Amino acid sequence: MMDDSTSKNSTSVDSLSHHGVSAHVFVEPIVGRYMHLTFNGQHHRVYVEEAGTGVPLLCLHTAGADTRQYRALMNDTELLQQFRVIAFDLPWHGKSSPPEGWQNSTYRLSSKDYTQAILAVADALQLDQPIVMGCSIGGRIVLHLALEHPERFGAAIGLQSGAHVEPYYDLEWLHRSDVHGGEIAAGIVSGLIGPLSPVLHKWETLWHYMQGGPGVFKGDLFFYNADGDIRDRVKKIDTKKCPLWLLTGEYDYSCTPEDTAFLGKTIEGVTWQIMQGMGHFPMSEDPEKFLTYLKPVLQQALRARAA
Amino acid sequence: MDVLWCETLAFKVNADERLVWRGRHVSTAFLLQVDQAEFVIQILAGRIAAVKKGSFPIADWVFALRANEAAWHEFLQPIPKPGFHDVMAMLKLKHLTMEGDLYPLMSHLLYFKDVLASVRGNEVTA
Repeated sequence: MMDDSTSKNSTSVDSLSHHGVSAHVFVEPIVGRYMHLTFNGQHHRVYVEEAGTGVPLLCLHTAGADTRQYRALMNDTELLQQFRVIAFDLPWHGKSSPPEGWQNSTYRLSSKDYTQAILAVADALQLDQPIVMGCSIGGRIVLHLALEHPERFGAAIGLQSGAHVEPYYDLEWLHRSDVHGGEIAAGIVSGLIGPLSPVLHKWETLWHYMQGGPGVFKGDLFFYNADGDIRDRVKKIDTKKCPLWLLTGEYDYSCTPEDTAFLGKTIEGVTWQIMQGMGHFPMSEDPEKFLTYLKPVLQQALRARAA
Repeated sequence: MDVLWCETLAFKVNADERLVWRGRHVSTAFLLQVDQAEFVIQILAGRIAAVKKGSFPIADWVFALRANEAAWHEFLQPIPKPGFHDVMAMLKLKHLTMEGDLYPLMSHLLYFKDVLASVRGNEVTA
C-alpha cells in the first residue's frame, strides 16, 4: 500500500498480486513525451517529461546527464501542488536523439545553441514566465538567460553556478575509443558528489553518467570550460528584470563555493547560499536534503515572479 | 607504521572481491609519494601484488600520485574536508600532482579511487 504522501500524485496498482507480482506497485506521476521541433537550423526529437500543476518550473540537467536528475522533485507531493515541474533532455542526451548526420560531426555545445534549445522548448510548451532552474552547465546558462532574455523568465535559480571553470585535467580522456566513456565520465564526476550523500542516490547519479553517449560529456564541457565564459558580463544581470538565486554545494570542486561567492559579490540583488555537505548534483545526489534548501527559495521566487 | 599502512592497503583491496574484479584488467605499478617517502604499489589483475617502500627509478612505475603527508592525512579522514575528499579534487586544488603515463589510472579511475579510499580511516605516515 502507498502512504498518504505519495497517493495524491501517483497511481497504485494492486491487482497484479495474483500474478505473483508484489502488490506494492507504485507508479510515479511523471509523464514523458517526445517533441519534434526545429532549432539551431536542425530538426530535433526531444524528450520532455513533467509532473504537477501550477507555475512552470523548467529544470536543466548537468553536462553529460539527463532529466532523471530531477526525479525526486517530480515526485515531491508538496512541490507538485504548486509547480508544473518540467525537464527535457538536451539533444544527444538521455532519450533525446542526436540530430540527423550526427555520425559525421563532433558534438560541441555552444552558448547560442544551448540558449536556443531552452527557448524553443519553452515556446513549444507555451510556458508563461517559467522559473528556470539549471545545475552546473544549467547553472551557467541561467546566467546567460537572466542577462540576455530576462523578459522570458519569471525567475532563475542557478545550482552550482559559476561564471567560468578552468579545466583541470585533459578533456581528451572523456572521448577515446580505448577508454570506456561511461566509466571515465562516472570516474571524473564521482568525487563531485558529497561524501555524505546517500549511497543509493550517489550510484543512481553515476549510472546516468555511465549511460551518456560517446563524446557528449566532453562536448558539453566546451560550453562549461570555454564558450560559456560569462565573467566579464555577469555584473550586467538585472535581478529586477529576472530575480536570481544561487545554491551551491560545499563539496563541489568543479564549480566551487568561491565561484558562486564571486557571483554573489558581483551581481547586484542576487541571493546565494552554500549547501553544507552537498556536492555538484544536489537534486540527484541527496534530494531530500536539497529540497530543504530549495523550497524556501522557490517560495521567494514565486513571490518575486508575481510582483 | 608505514609497514602497517602498506599491509592495510593490500589487505583491504585484496579482501574486497568486487573491487578486485573491477580491476581485473589492471596490471601496473604506480608510485605513491607521501612527503619524501615513496611507495610503489604493484597491481596484478586488480590484486595488490606488492607494496615496496624506497627510492625508485622511473622505470619501476607507470604513473605517480604525489602529495604531502598533511594532504594524505586529510584525504584519509572518514569524512574528509572539502577539497581533500577525492584525488581529482586534490588535483584541481593543487594538493596533489599526477605524472607519468596516466592511461591505467584514467581508464580505471573509479577502481583506483576506491583502492585509495579503501585505507580511509588509516593514518598515512612517511
